[in-house]
Amino acid sequence: MPTLKELTSYEDRLAGGHRLCAGCGASIAVRQVLLAAGDNPVVAACATGCLEVSTTIYPYTSWKIPFIHNAFENAAATISGVAAAFTGLKRAGKVDPDKKVNFVAFGGDGGTYDIGLQALSGALERGHDMVYVCYDNGAYMNTGIQRSSATPKGAWATTTEVGPVHQGKQHHRKDLTSIIAAHGIPYVGQASVSHWRDLTTKAEKAFAVKGPAFLNILSPCPRGWRSEPDQTVEVARLAVKTGFWPLFEVEGGIWHRTVAVRELLPIEEFLKTQGRFSHLLKPENAELLAEVRADVNAYWEYVSFMCR
Amino acid sequence: MVTQKTVATTGNLFVAEAIRQALPDVIPVYPITPQTTVVEEIAKFAANGRIDAEYVAVESEHSAMSAAIGASAAGVRVVTATASQGLALMWEELYIASGMRLPIVMFNANRALSAPINIHCDHSDIMGARDTGWLILFAETAQEAYDNTLVSFRIAEHPDVLLPVMTTADGFITTHTVDRADTLDDETARAFVGKYKPTHALLDFDNPVSHGAFAGLGGPYFEFKQQQRRAIDGSLGIIKEIIAEYSAISGRPFDVVEGWGMEDADVAIVVIGSTAGNVRHVARRLRAQGIKAGVLKIRVFRPFPTAGIRDALKGAKAVAVLDRSDSPGAEGGPLYFEVKSALYDLDHRVPVVNYVYGLGGSDVRTELIERVYKDLGDIASGAIGPFDMTYLGCR
Repeated sequence: MPTLKELTSYEDRLAGGHRLCAGCGASIAVRQVLLAAGDNPVVAACATGCLEVSTTIYPYTSWKIPFIHNAFENAAATISGVAAAFTGLKRAGKVDPDKKVNFVAFGGDGGTYDIGLQALSGALERGHDMVYVCYDNGAYMNTGIQRSSATPKGAWATTTEVGPVHQGKQHHRKDLTSIIAAHGIPYVGQASVSHWRDLTTKAEKAFAVKGPAFLNILSPCPRGWRSEPDQTVEVARLAVKTGFWPLFEVEGGIWHRTVAVRELLPIEEFLKTQGRFSHLLKPENAELLAEVRADVNAYWEYVSFMCR
Repeated sequence: MVTQKTVATTGNLFVAEAIRQALPDVIPVYPITPQTTVVEEIAKFAANGRIDAEYVAVESEHSAMSAAIGASAAGVRVVTATASQGLALMWEELYIASGMRLPIVMFNANRALSAPINIHCDHSDIMGARDTGWLILFAETAQEAYDNTLVSFRIAEHPDVLLPVMTTADGFITTHTVDRADTLDDETARAFVGKYKPTHALLDFDNPVSHGAFAGLGGPYFEFKQQQRRAIDGSLGIIKEIIAEYSAISGRPFDVVEGWGMEDADVAIVVIGSTAGNVRHVARRLRAQGIKAGVLKIRVFRPFPTAGIRDALKGAKAVAVLDRSDSPGAEGGPLYFEVKSALYDLDHRVPVVNYVYGLGGSDVRTELIERVYKDLGDIASGAIGPFDMTYLGCR
C-alpha cells in the first residue's frame, strides 16, 4: 500500500479543469479510486450524471484514459461489453494473454441504486472482471436534487419537499451495499471520501480480485446537501463517526469492519452540517428525528452483526 | 473456388450460420421469441468451440445493446439479435449506437408489439426503429436472411458508413419455417466479410479517446447529426457496390429494390418481407390472365431507395402499398408515406392506395392479394377513385 506522499506523486487520470462544483465529493472519489488502479491501463465507463457531463464537454475531456459514456442506467452493461471485447481478443489470441487491464464504471446513486440496478446486477452475476464504483451523494444532483432510493429518510429534496404535511423523504434509504454483497461477488466495499487510506485500500483490492468488485463511496454534494464546499471531507467524516455510513468490506463473503468507531457521535452532529436536514432539528419534528436516529442505529447494529 | 452447400433449415439457423462465418468478437444477446433459436444456436457454437467470440448472456435487451455499444467502442466486431418488445426496450440505445457511429450488426425477427400480447409477425417493431439512424434490411426468404446478414457486416464497417445495421426476417414465417438455401464455405464468407479495422478504439491505450461526450449547451449536436445524415445518405451507393461484389461471389444477384414484372406493369404492389412471395405468386397468375401485374419489393428500407422506387413505379396506372404496421392517427402506414412521397416529384400523378395487413401474424391469403390487384385494376380503369387506408383481412 503506497503512502499518501507516494499517491500524490502519481499522475492524475482525471485532469483538473473539469466543471464539477467546488467541494464536489465525486471527483475526490474518482481520483482516489484511479490512483489505486496501479500501473495497469484503465478503461472507464460513466453513467449519465454530474461526473459525466462535467468532465466531457465536447471537444474537451478530463479523462486521460479511454473513457465511454453511454446512457444513464447502463454503465455496468457498457463496461461489461468493453471487458468482454478484451476477453474475446485474448481468447482469439489477438492480445497478449498476460496483459492486464482494469475496467471501471462510475455511476451516481441515481444511476446505481435506482435506474441502473438491473444492469449492475446482471453484469455482476456474469462475472466480468470489472470494478463498479457508486459515488453516492444521495439524490439526483445533476438534474437538481431530486430524491433517489439512496436519499436518507427525512432529507429534503426537490421531489421530497418540506411542508406542513410531509417533512422531507418519508422512506428510508435502500441498503445497496448489502444487496450487492448478496450477489456473492469477490469484493464489495463501503467507503467514504473522508477516509482516503481506507478508500484507496479498498479500491486496490477491488482492482486486484479476479471478477467483479463493487465500491459504494459516500460523496457529499455541497449543492444538494446544502453544506459548505470547504467542509466536504469533514461532513463525510461525520457520516462515518455518527454511524450513518459504516465503513466495511465483504471479501469472499466475509464481512469486516474496516474503520472502527469507538464511540458513536449523536446523529445530530452529521445532520446539522447540512441544510437538507435543517427541519429535522426543529423541536416540532422531534418524533421524526427519533425515527431517523432509530433507522441509523438499526443499520449500524445490522452492519455490526454482519461484521461480528 | 467458391463451394456452396445447399441446406434445408430454418431462417434463424441460416442467420446464426452467417453470424458464425462473419467471425464476430463479442455477441451480447438476450433471448426473445421468435429470435430465440438464433441465441440457442450461438450458445451451441460457443459450447462446442466453433466460435472465438465472447458470448455474453445478458439480463435484458437494453443491456444487450448497451454491452454491444461498449464492445464496439472497444474496437471489435459485435453482433446481437432481438425481436419485438426487445427491440422496443433497446430504443434509446439504438440512437446511441448510431450516434456514436458504431458498426454493430443486429438481427431482428420482426414481430408484433403488445398490447394485446402476440408473438407473431408484423413490422410494428422494426418500423418503430426506422428513424434511429440504423440501416435496415428486409428479407423475404431464409436465403435472403443469410445473404443480408453477411453483407451487413461489410456495410456497417465500411469506413465511409460506420453505422449500425439491422438485418431482419419475418417472425415465424421466415425465422421458423424450414427453407432451402445455399451457404458459402467458411473461407469464402470470411474473405468476403474481411477483417474489421476499428478507429478510435477504447482498447488503444496509446491513443486514449473519450466516447459519448456532451454536445449540448450550444455544442455541436446539430453538426454531429448532419454528419450522421450524410453517412446514411451516402451509404446507398456503397451498399449497391457491396451487394454487387457479394452477388458475383454467391451467384445470387440482388438489389436494394427488386421488381417483378415492373417493366410494363399497369397495377403494382409495393411490399417488404415475406409477403413478397405471395404477391409475386398472385401476380404471376394474373399475368397468365393477361393482367399486367407487377411487384416491387423493398429489400433495403434504410437508406430509403427513393430514386429506384420512383423509377420502378412511374409507369404504373395504380399502385398499392402494403404496410405490415400502422401509424395510428396518421393517413396510413409508414411505407405508404415514403412511397407516396417518392412519387410526388413525378410530372404525372400515380394513384397510390394503402393497405395495412397481417398485424400480429394475421394470415395473408392469396385471395386478399387478388382483391388488392382487383382494386388497382378498378382504379386504373377509372371505375373507382383512390380510397383511404384499408385494413386488409381484418375480421
